Amino acid sequence: MLNAVFEPGFFSSSPVHVALAVGGVVALVSGIVGSFAVVRGQSYAGHALADISVTGGSASFLVGVSPLWGFVGVGVLAAGVMDMIGIQRPRGRDLATGIVRGAGLGLAALFLYWDTTNSNVTGATITILFGSLFTVSSSLLPAIVGLSVAAVAIVAVLYRPLLLSSVAGDLAAARGVSVRLVGLACLVAIALAVSLSAMTIGTILSTALLIGPAAIGLRLSSRPGLAMAWSALAGLAATWLGVLLAYDSFYWPPGRHGWPVSFFVVTLIFVGYVAVQGITTRVRRA
Amino acid sequence: MKRRPGALRSAAPHTGGGPDAGTVLDVDGVSLWLSGRKVLDDVSFSLAPGEFAGLIGSNGAGKTTLLRVILGLQAPSAGTVRVSGQPRTRRGSLIGYVPQKILLDPDMPLRARDLVGLGLDGQRLGIPLPSARRRQQIDEMLEAVGAGRFADTRVGLLSGGEQQRVLIAHALISRPRLLLLDEPLANLDIASEQDVVELLGGVAREQQVAVLISAHDMNPLLPVMDRIVYMAAGRAASGTTAEVVRPEVLSDLYGQHVDVIRVHNRILVVAAQRGEGLDVPEPEPVVHEGA
Repeated sequence: MLNAVFEPGFFSSSPVHVALAVGGVVALVSGIVGSFAVVRGQSYAGHALADISVTGGSASFLVGVSPLWGFVGVGVLAAGVMDMIGIQRPRGRDLATGIVRGAGLGLAALFLYWDTTNSNVTGATITILFGSLFTVSSSLLPAIVGLSVAAVAIVAVLYRPLLLSSVAGDLAAARGVSVRLVGLACLVAIALAVSLSAMTIGTILSTALLIGPAAIGLRLSSRPGLAMAWSALAGLAATWLGVLLAYDSFYWPPGRHGWPVSFFVVTLIFVGYVAVQGITTRVRRA
Repeated sequence: MKRRPGALRSAAPHTGGGPDAGTVLDVDGVSLWLSGRKVLDDVSFSLAPGEFAGLIGSNGAGKTTLLRVILGLQAPSAGTVRVSGQPRTRRGSLIGYVPQKILLDPDMPLRARDLVGLGLDGQRLGIPLPSARRRQQIDEMLEAVGAGRFADTRVGLLSGGEQQRVLIAHALISRPRLLLLDEPLANLDIASEQDVVELLGGVAREQQVAVLISAHDMNPLLPVMDRIVYMAAGRAASGTTAEVVRPEVLSDLYGQHVDVIRVHNRILVVAAQRGEGLDVPEPEPVVHEGA
């Protein structure tokens, strides 16, 4: 009976252990930091930062460093550039984001081209775009956990000033909060979260992990802290269930290859959101 | 050398005494140039504890800019602002501020009580620990402004008048000496408008908080207003309504002839036709039913 859910070897497989650990940590961070991205209207910035971190990921194959540092380094750098060229102004925000994103993706295109032609890194493009939760080296785990703790620490320390400046910038500024500094710190936390998830569940799908669970969380609770907790929980559940389904799918058609774990994670998030949306709308109407 | 506040263009120099004699707000000769334009022109006035003042003027007269200068968000090019005798850097906790209508998404997970709680300690770092005392303080504040009923509703789902009450509670809970409100009556229906004015009048009286409220129409404020600060083209005249809202004073302020008409307990300020009896080449585009 249990074997039908957990196919043989699930609990003893070491890639599964790493996938559960890395995926779980990244999901928790994305859920918490993502709540701030959604509340502050920076979903697009989060999406762009994930795209831009690809530039670092693809460059890392060329220079031979771990992709982790490529993804994270360029993601954080891009957050700084966005702030510098005007993301703090509401009107300049989309513009600054789009310009930096465009420049970053241009470089990524070049680096990916070199990756696949000159350096003979097979599968670099697929790995970078669609992630590789089962192939993450366990040696990266401490670094991933450390960066995750840093991202959560930023938004935890700035919890109140961030909420206040999300309501109205002047309201926070009138109380002596440096709105720009707080905004930059939040953007760095978002950059850390998305570059970690870009590396693990894939660039194209990391936005889903940042925004989806957050959207579920703020549907489920009107309290900011509780909404974030639900968000983290939803991300974690989707990721762990996704890992399980991906493992089980080795025994599914069409061939004995297994389906991509990222597919399961984002599909579960989508289904979860639609379900929560349907239920809460019905409850509100009743 | 300290000029008497409001001496330059005030209809009557006000009688509140010097800046040390218990004034809460002291604006003295404040001017501000922004991108080559003089937005504030030698503005002076002061407020005593418990005084209710209307900052009246049409759009673009400089009301919001003046509020930002008082808040310390914008440094003046000339002149000084003191709040309870404190200079710019130490003003934070002395001023409660209600910004112009905020736009919050109904999805934003923030209840009325959360926003009021941020008024207590929103600038602090870390996550607030729930405490019975904190909760009681927030409940009392919400009750005091008549917002207890929707304490647990998301701010984004509240009506304009309800949001104003919550924002006023947010501004008052830190017990400021001065309450600044930027166009709090804009977009309110008449009933909520009267409710909010009454509430603010009570706050000024009972808690001895000086209230400065900007509005383009002085009429809703007439029943509670102790002082009017009338602005046009960056200049201001301050005093009682009877002192300031007179044709001579306002004509000087606008730089063109205006008449003041009192009808049905309302005051209308009416400009002459352009060029009529005036040699002002390009008059300020005035007025304005009720302004």
